[in-house]
Amino acid sequence: MSDESQKGYDKAFDNVLRLRIMSILMVNERYDFNSFKALLQVTDGNLASHLKHLEQAEFIRVEKSFASRKPLTTYVSTDKGRKSFQAHLDFLEQLIRQNKAS
Amino acid sequence: MRFSIIYFEFQSTFKMKTPEEELAEIKSMMERSTRFLSLSGFSGMLAGMYALAASVTAWYWIYFPSSSWGTGSDTLSFRELVNRLLLLGLATLIAAVGTAYFLSKKKGSAVTHPFWSPASKRFLQSLFLPVALGGFFCFALLHESAFELIPAAMLLFYGIGLVQSAQFTLGKIKNLGFTQLLLGLIAAFFPDFGLLCWSLGFGLFHVIYGTLMYFRYER
Repeated sequence: MSDESQKGYDKAFDNVLRLRIMSILMVNERYDFNSFKALLQVTDGNLASHLKHLEQAEFIRVEKSFASRKPLTTYVSTDKGRKSFQAHLDFLEQLIRQNKAS
Repeated sequence: MRFSIIYFEFQSTFKMKTPEEELAEIKSMMERSTRFLSLSGFSGMLAGMYALAASVTAWYWIYFPSSSWGTGSDTLSFRELVNRLLLLGLATLIAAVGTAYFLSKKKGSAVTHPFWSPASKRFLQSLFLPVALGGFFCFALLHESAFELIPAAMLLFYGIGLVQSAQFTLGKIKNLGFTQLLLGLIAAFFPDFGLLCWSLGFGLFHVIYGTLMYFRYER
């Protein structure tokens, strides 16, 4: 497996849940934990671990605040995350083009 | 071909997916997180029917027994007429909004879309501002006795609200908004046809668009 073949491919997105989280953060300025949970239909623990994974990769940033005295955890995509996601999209497009050509 | 085989090896650890499927998945997530897709088309049909019933009633009060759209009769005292029309309008509004709320909530839970989401909040906010301002503006028109312009104002403000909020829900709503704006302008220049334009915009076109949405997205 050469480096060339992996160009644009990011391991962070080989999990479907992380891919979904990142898709949502590409088009929403910010998104909170509970809304993620409701839309993605996953458990707290599962969601939290994948969010943590993306946070450690510095693809997303956590912002904690209070909304009417309740803690509110929102997530924002970073420049690095958006670039990696775009590269991943380009990679997918390239794959589709190659499959069509062959 | 070689690249995609490598790619499938990666993916197979989780779930087999073609790049086409993955792109479709990304697109669907982007749509579902930004647009309020549970808006019920069927409730649009019902709202249109309420509006048609209300406008027939209003026509009866204002114009009967004369059948023309232009001249009124004096069977009701003026004050009584205004009070009745206000009540009728409020009842229609409450019935239409209530139906939309319950049916959208039902549709949302059927497809496990959360009803109260960042997308639905954005949709309601963008619709609420023009519509609420339009409501106050209509009360101002009422206060200033410019009754003939009220249908036009309702159509125009509602049309603006729909065009603005279309990007946060089913996109076709935008065309309904433009239809309301066109009818609103006609009603503004030809106030004699105000009630007719109102019943077309809030009644007939709600039924038409509601039916379209229903067959397009709900079946």
